[in-house]
Amino acid sequence: MSTRETILDVKDLRVRFRTLDGTVEAVKGINIHVGAGETVAVVGESGSGKSQTMMAAMGLLASNGEASGIVNYRGQNLLALRKSELNRIRGRRISMIFQEPMTSLDPLYTVGNQLIEPIRRHRGLGAAEAHKEALNLLRLVHIPDPERRMKSYPYEMSGGQRQRVMIAMALANDPDILIADEPTTALDVTIQAQILTLLAELQQKLGMAIVFITHDLAIVRRFADRVYVMRSGEVVEEEETEALFAAPRHDYTRMLLAAEPTGTKQPPSPSAPILLEGRDVEVTFRIGGGFLAGEPMLLRAVDRISIQLRRRQTIGIVGESGSGKSTLGRALLKLLPSEGVIRFDQKDISHADRQAMRPLRRELQLVFQDPFGSLSPRMTVGQVVTEGLLVHEPQLTAKQRDERAVEALREVGLDPNARNRYPHEFSGGQRQRVAIARAMILKPKVVVLDEPTSALDRSVQKQIVDLLRRLQADYDLSYLFISHDLAVVRAMADYIVVMKQGKIVEEGPTEAIFGHPRDAYTQTLMAAAIDSKRFRADA
Amino acid sequence: MTEAVVTAAPPVVGRSLWGDAWARLKANRAAMVSLCYLVVMAAVCIAGPWFVPHTYTTIYSDYVRIPPSFSAYPKADMIQGALDDVLKRMRVDVKEWKQDGERVIVTVTSTRPVDERYLRYVDRSDTFDGARVEATSPDGLQMTFSAGVKQQYFLFGTDNVGRDLLSRTLMAGRISLAIGLLAGIVAVVIGVFYGSAAGFIGGKTDEVMMRIVDVLYSLPFIFFVIMLVVFFGRNFVLMFLAVGAVLWLDMARIVRGQALSIRRQEYVQAAEALGVGPRGILLRHVIPNLLGPVVIYMTLLVPHVIILESFLSFLGLGVQEPMTSWGVLISTGAKNIGSANWMLLFPAFFLVSTLFALNFVGDGLRDALDPKDR
Repeated sequence: MSTRETILDVKDLRVRFRTLDGTVEAVKGINIHVGAGETVAVVGESGSGKSQTMMAAMGLLASNGEASGIVNYRGQNLLALRKSELNRIRGRRISMIFQEPMTSLDPLYTVGNQLIEPIRRHRGLGAAEAHKEALNLLRLVHIPDPERRMKSYPYEMSGGQRQRVMIAMALANDPDILIADEPTTALDVTIQAQILTLLAELQQKLGMAIVFITHDLAIVRRFADRVYVMRSGEVVEEEETEALFAAPRHDYTRMLLAAEPTGTKQPPSPSAPILLEGRDVEVTFRIGGGFLAGEPMLLRAVDRISIQLRRRQTIGIVGESGSGKSTLGRALLKLLPSEGVIRFDQKDISHADRQAMRPLRRELQLVFQDPFGSLSPRMTVGQVVTEGLLVHEPQLTAKQRDERAVEALREVGLDPNARNRYPHEFSGGQRQRVAIARAMILKPKVVVLDEPTSALDRSVQKQIVDLLRRLQADYDLSYLFISHDLAVVRAMADYIVVMKQGKIVEEGPTEAIFGHPRDAYTQTLMAAAIDSKRFRADA
Repeated sequence: MTEAVVTAAPPVVGRSLWGDAWARLKANRAAMVSLCYLVVMAAVCIAGPWFVPHTYTTIYSDYVRIPPSFSAYPKADMIQGALDDVLKRMRVDVKEWKQDGERVIVTVTSTRPVDERYLRYVDRSDTFDGARVEATSPDGLQMTFSAGVKQQYFLFGTDNVGRDLLSRTLMAGRISLAIGLLAGIVAVVIGVFYGSAAGFIGGKTDEVMMRIVDVLYSLPFIFFVIMLVVFFGRNFVLMFLAVGAVLWLDMARIVRGQALSIRRQEYVQAAEALGVGPRGILLRHVIPNLLGPVVIYMTLLVPHVIILESFLSFLGLGVQEPMTSWGVLISTGAKNIGSANWMLLFPAFFLVSTLFALNFVGDGLRDALDPKDR
């Protein structure tokens, strides 16, 4: 690989941000080089500076950031170029795709317009030629029915298709380097696999270099030639992919590699009492409709699902986004109106109203996916954690509540001294611990965990999984674990339900499902997540 | 790894979002300068009228429409005119007069004996005071008297009827700022209450409440104010009502939108899952998270109200004489722009600079409370 011509050479790059608390150095003098046609992965956890490195190279830093050092692209130092000169290179010779396909396309223009515009600008083609070129690009990224899609607006397309359009846009001017910043993180596993295969295939065909920024080592292994591991603004290890996975030298790399959650859960004894039971649960959303809008459209998000959760059991609910798994979780907690029978502790709560549910709320808790959205930004952590006590144990004094908060925070491995701080002063993992503390302070019996680890880094995921397991063992909890991440589900759950379009397609004990998936859909899910073969067009 | 154990030191108090916003605001120089300017302006308008030697209602008929000046009035050439005026009223002829420091010494003659009581005409004048007889001729047809010349300062000049413009501008500032603040608060209180209720309750209630807002929106504002004035007469309090009653509509819409989006936030769902009732959710979650946009909107609302008041006063529907506001002053100033431009310049400068500062502060607050571009 060393025979390749180096086309991008980053030397001693430093990125600083001026903030109110002084200057923060996000990237501390790193060296990265990329050869022609090579796939280089930059791996690190959130906050390691991996994205900022590439943003700095492209001149896309936020207004309070500044970069120093050298970024050589074919002998030209990008950092020293004027904006107009830089514009001739970026978007044309070096292009980027971003993490969020939902927001990186302009919602007001058709896909065709968004593709044609940069082609005409950079290559000076006429309208008809550019249109033809744009069609070819859509074909290249395997968008079905490209003629029709040219006239579609972004909201008419799924996340995976939008990401394909983004890739087509990035490829429009035949770049030397494609920088992909977490291009698959926001997508479902099966879509993720398709996008990665597409990228590998395009690289084969077009021969550009790919700089792949990700936090997910599993992807790296199947995709990259060479890997840079970054931690708090420094490159701690640089290695060929095979060698890195065979013999990681740095402790941090080893920690990242070991971060995949391990272990399995023993099923509860068959005689354990059934705590939460749903029979033929149905949730229907009405879309539109009303006085003047005519008949509403009915969307059946959960379609006649039956489920039984025993004491100390963890049921994993698996499925892609839109499969209705979160809706099911909320319906079982009576947070959404539903049809069918729901029993908690042998009592029928199908028709319990808000008032009747209130005393039961302390036993039925919910932990959300997004630790940034689920904590009120204007309340201190102490207030967040003790809010449930205000409702369920109003007789407690402020001092007693404070003591309970200390106890709960210690339980989830947070420093109780931090209870007067605000959520935004904590990292994602710490916030998720706060959210768990909020649920646990009430000593619940059943906890619905709605993707509790999806927004977190791998190493933090593992800690949260360990925490949840410990809490389950200590307090005889039952979990309903909703996730699209099969690795985490495998470690957490003893029984798995696979959902698709509101229906259960397969269910059974964890080992049985992972060992012998029967349904075709389950098999695709497994293949996308577990398969370790490289994403190669020829493979 | 770094997650599990946080430092054991007790750095107990965290920095709230408000603290953060304040720190960001302090870093914004334009906003801070404007904030200081506003504080000074408010202090000057509130305390100023007590320190200015003239009240805003006193009419100096000797000093109608005199230009602003740092030196004291009367000027040397004005004494003659003022004296002529007084002596005409006394029906006497001047024989000779001279100025001796602070006083003038005047000798007058008449065909009839000069009565001492005529001197009260001298004291009545805005220019002279402390008149006393110095000497009288034996036949009484000639009298010499002396009178002090009152030193008056009119830093901003005077208006059409001879009132001090400085005290009037400051007084007008009190009224304009008070209307701005009070009508702003009225609008915010009604708007926040109404909007958050509509957004939080949602559904049919929301529909009905917002349709009422739409109906009120469609009323022409000026027509509404004229109706109020016709029915209830011209009244200061009415101004607040009229302006506040119209502006809460915007506030209600903004707050409703915010409340709707906050209601869908996961932390509200989390609170519902904890069993927190609607009151608790409204008080602990919805309203505190609303306050950011409300504060921003409020700083932009106050200048809006001041302009509206100026506009109404300009049309003659607002504050009534002798009470005044910046709008009233500008309106009269505009009519005299050719002959007495200071009557327009000073109030206009006060109004414009205040609005400028308010807008800067509003902008700064928006950046501070909603730092999305960082």
